[in-house]
Amino acid sequence: MTTETRRRSRLARVPLLVWVFLLVPFVVELFWVFWPAANSFSLALTRWDGIGLAEPVGLQNFRDLAADPIFLTALRNNVVWVLGFGGLSVVGGLVLAVTLNKPGPLVGLYRSAIYLPMVVSLAVSGLFWRVMYAPDGPINGTLGLLGLESLERQWLADPDVALWAVLIAAVWRQVGYIMVLYLAGLKGTDPTLEEAAAVDGAGAWQRFWRIVMPQLRGVSTVVFAVTVIDSLRTFDIVWAMTRGGPYNETQLLSTYMFQQAFTTGNLGYASAIAVVIFALAIGFIITYLARQARTED
Amino acid sequence: MSAPATAAAPALGATGAVRTPRRRRPKPARSPWLHVAMIPVTLLWLSPIVFVLFVATRSYDDIAGRGLGALPASFSLDGFATALTEGGVLQALGNSVIVTAWAVVASLALSSVAAYALSRFAVPGRRTILLTMLAGNLLPPQILLVPVASITEAIGIADTRTALVVVQVGFGIGFYTFVLHGFMRSLPTEVFEAARLDGAGPGGIFWRIVLPLSRPSLAALAALATTWIFNDLIWAMTVLRTESKFPLPPALLNLQGGYASAWNVVAAGSLMAAVPTAIVFFMFQKQFVSGLLVGANK
Repeated sequence: MTTETRRRSRLARVPLLVWVFLLVPFVVELFWVFWPAANSFSLALTRWDGIGLAEPVGLQNFRDLAADPIFLTALRNNVVWVLGFGGLSVVGGLVLAVTLNKPGPLVGLYRSAIYLPMVVSLAVSGLFWRVMYAPDGPINGTLGLLGLESLERQWLADPDVALWAVLIAAVWRQVGYIMVLYLAGLKGTDPTLEEAAAVDGAGAWQRFWRIVMPQLRGVSTVVFAVTVIDSLRTFDIVWAMTRGGPYNETQLLSTYMFQQAFTTGNLGYASAIAVVIFALAIGFIITYLARQARTED
Repeated sequence: MSAPATAAAPALGATGAVRTPRRRRPKPARSPWLHVAMIPVTLLWLSPIVFVLFVATRSYDDIAGRGLGALPASFSLDGFATALTEGGVLQALGNSVIVTAWAVVASLALSSVAAYALSRFAVPGRRTILLTMLAGNLLPPQILLVPVASITEAIGIADTRTALVVVQVGFGIGFYTFVLHGFMRSLPTEVFEAARLDGAGPGGIFWRIVLPLSRPSLAALAALATTWIFNDLIWAMTVLRTESKFPLPPALLNLQGGYASAWNVVAAGSLMAAVPTAIVFFMFQKQFVSGLLVGANK
């Protein structure tokens, strides 16, 4: 309590100009973020084509969603996406961070190569990978050279593999980001603990799980929350590569929502999908906020 | 954010912030196995970029005749020329630069004043305000798209680049304010008291002391915000309808549709879209990485 009162007394009382400083940005955010968000909730209870008046339909949109096969595919794909995209990029990023947590000129080069894709936008990454996956493109070409013609396929047009093809492209871009976060986390760990454990006869695997990972718990929480939030809002790369096709097999909640809103013009129905995305994300948003609030103390 | 991957972002100054006093340097990599494993991984990682570079510099006839997967047998910059002029990449690049510049400057201006107010004054409920602002940035953009589109229509800025700037600012400031608040709070109180004794008002203190001292975190955020806004697709597609106003990401998707068989044009356009963010990244690599680390430091 003493530190708190001391800190408070050090802060000046609030002059008028400072209220303006605070309120202008706050009102901008209120108007462009919180007000629209609130509107989405009320729109989700209507049928609206954007031109006439919105017709209230209660929970009908949600009942329709529960019976909409495309929505159910999108929901299932989003679960695959959170686990596949999240899992592969976190495991990949962590493994690379641990491997590359050493000095050395070549090591710096490896790190730069791994996080270079981050500067490429998701939409452009999608275009890059369309080239890779083209029927006569380098992936099929390499498989042919290796004598694996049986594995060649139309990666983005084959409903069985298209989602994973897009997912690999997204992981390619995300791994570097996760690696950077874990590298920073590893810098903060205490190497003497690990040495002590080694002296006591702990193997490398044991040291990693028992000594290093517990020290990375903070980073892991952030990585986890950020990954899930990102997975739920993934849109660009899928839109750039497949637009949700073939036959809606790569549809995610975000792409289906966008299509319903701006291609089909079912704004009420689209808002209902947005509310579902929000409901799925809110738990993770709170996790992230709670952690940030603790850092603030 | 790519979406703005926004969220993605976690507290400045994490890089190397923690040093244990008796810390020993990690052992240098002496084992060859590291390189045996990492050289193929690195090459694999770079292969899409290298490959797109090959495709972009091949001639149309070479690609059509020998296939996309073949190694280059020709060198031609026609893809770049076509993409820039007929493909509209030059125009889109102009749109992107204008929107990004205005949005980054406006976002940082608004969020630095907000962060100053919240960090140096006894604003009632400031912690709640701060976290609320951050929460706004973490919302999935999908929940905002439809109402934002109608708001831009209602206030008569639908389908303008202004609308795109305003929307980017509104969605981004929560996060930037949060990061800048963390930084400004750590500035030493003595500086402020000295300035106050010299008769500086709150505005003067902000302008002459807080802004110059915050330069490192402003630079980090500027680097991040530039890449996020420059790379944005979903807001541009929500707000804009006229193709001549499109920034690069949606313009490239159109290009891909229009030149579906001219892979060299598509590849050249994509590469050029990646160049500006790559430049920002390499010029501000340190700031960029510290920006990404915001919040991951504990």
